[in-house]
Amino acid sequence: MKLARDTWLVFQRQVLLMWRTPIWIVIGITQPVFYLLLFAPLLKKVLAPMGATSYAEAYQIYVPGLLAVLCIFGGLYTGFSLLGELKAGIIERSRVTPVSRLALLLGRALRETVGLLVQAVIITLVALPFGLRVDPGSLLLAYLLLALLALMTSAISYGIALALPNDAAMAPVVNTIAQPIGLLSGVLLPLALAPMWLQRVAEWNPFYWAVEGMRALFSGHPGDSVVWQGLLIVTVLTVAAVFYSARLFSARIR
Amino acid sequence: MIETKGLRKSYPSGKHGRTVVDAVRGIDLHVRAGEIFGFLGPNGAGKTTTLRMLATLIRPDGGEALIAGADLLADPAGVRRRIGYVAQGGGTADAVTGREELVMQARMYGSRKADAQRQAEDALKAFDLTEFADRHCSTYSGGQRRRVDIALGVIHSPKVLFLDEPTVGLDPASRGQVWAEIKRLRAEGMTVVVTTHYLDEADALCDRVAIVDHGQVVVEGTPEALKREISGDVVLLGLAAGEAQPAADALRGQPCLHRLEPGEDGLRLYLDDGAAAIPLLLSVLNGAGIVPGTVQLQRPSLDDVFLARTGRSIEQS
Repeated sequence: MKLARDTWLVFQRQVLLMWRTPIWIVIGITQPVFYLLLFAPLLKKVLAPMGATSYAEAYQIYVPGLLAVLCIFGGLYTGFSLLGELKAGIIERSRVTPVSRLALLLGRALRETVGLLVQAVIITLVALPFGLRVDPGSLLLAYLLLALLALMTSAISYGIALALPNDAAMAPVVNTIAQPIGLLSGVLLPLALAPMWLQRVAEWNPFYWAVEGMRALFSGHPGDSVVWQGLLIVTVLTVAAVFYSARLFSARIR
Repeated sequence: MIETKGLRKSYPSGKHGRTVVDAVRGIDLHVRAGEIFGFLGPNGAGKTTTLRMLATLIRPDGGEALIAGADLLADPAGVRRRIGYVAQGGGTADAVTGREELVMQARMYGSRKADAQRQAEDALKAFDLTEFADRHCSTYSGGQRRRVDIALGVIHSPKVLFLDEPTVGLDPASRGQVWAEIKRLRAEGMTVVVTTHYLDEADALCDRVAIVDHGQVVVEGTPEALKREISGDVVLLGLAAGEAQPAADALRGQPCLHRLEPGEDGLRLYLDDGAAAIPLLLSVLNGAGIVPGTVQLQRPSLDDVFLARTGRSIEQS
């Protein structure tokens, strides 16, 4: 009960702060739309070997990957905002109060998750005129998967921000983690196009399963085993990441 | 109100964290209810680390502490409810108003929304912040921001307030305002612990002080008692370069002198009755062929206490 109340308190404050820096909202909306409008037209030819014969089919493959990459990368980069709060003493001020440590993390990570989901909805809506078709039930399940991805990667990113000894290390560390995860999950192009050895490596990347699950949902196969496998893997990792970072929120002295 | 025994904290340091720095090496404190207690020492003495331990931000490696009846190690949550803490750099966000921060703070301490709004309103009045309460914190002057910081620290009416270097970087007028707020809180019955490396501040503001150096308490007491220990007066002799050593040699052994320390541009002499001793000291120096450029008579300061105990000056270290 206290956890829910405190989380809501932190969440509200974070929403207020976002609302007061509207430039982030503008960037957050325009960037994914650019990806959709400027990159997607290249896809029809590239995705032809996957059986995409029309723009609609190309979008069916591309959009779920784009949504996943949005949530994975968007989440991984949120830790940078925490650096500012750490420097301003806001985290320290919160930690002296009895407010729940888990709420300090969850309120922030959920704000990020909601922001990313809003972007995901916008992308989905913009893709509809291009011929994207998803059944509503699968779409909701896909959004659940995306929410978990965003929550997990935000928690990881806050954990990195808290664990690193200095701010300058944040960018290289996050980039080093994000790059192989992005490439090995087949987010922009499906790994089905990749040579066999690369596919084998990718199977060890949990985000690969999430992206495969997303594609199955968008192509109208919610019953595929990859859907529940992806959900399960992501759920377990999300819980682990949240608890790990919440511990850092209560123990870390930056 | 606060009793600590042997409070310790060390940090790994060095390239691979193999060596260990003892930031705090056994701090014993006795802070009484309703006093302003100064925690005094040079930078790096362990003041901030000790304060952060008492505020539950860092877990001590060893020792014990009882704060307003709550045990620091066994019941940090109980300590949190009883204390307020204001960090040196404060902790306000730029894009929110002072009032919003106060409401948020009250709510983090568990108040319902309506109560929190009332508490914020009371705090704004008490600290005379109403005028700029609804402007963003980014527009505040250093002094305004500091007063908001302190108001945030006491929004839940704690028994003990910890202030880390509350006047660093403030102009004299804002400094005076912060002092006035601290005294007002004491008058309301709060116990206030401040760290500072401004000796005049500790002297003027604090009922009692503990002087720390290298992570340990060197001495604890009222500023008056500590200064009295140093004996009566300090005579400052301004001497030309190269004259300090022969002057010290000539004066050593004078029965009226308690101690003699080399100062910045001459000698510091500690003695009971400075005014009466000056003519004698000057004639001894004349006998050695030395004529001081200046002679000053001072009451001992807390820095003299630190100097007498450690052989170093706080203001120079």
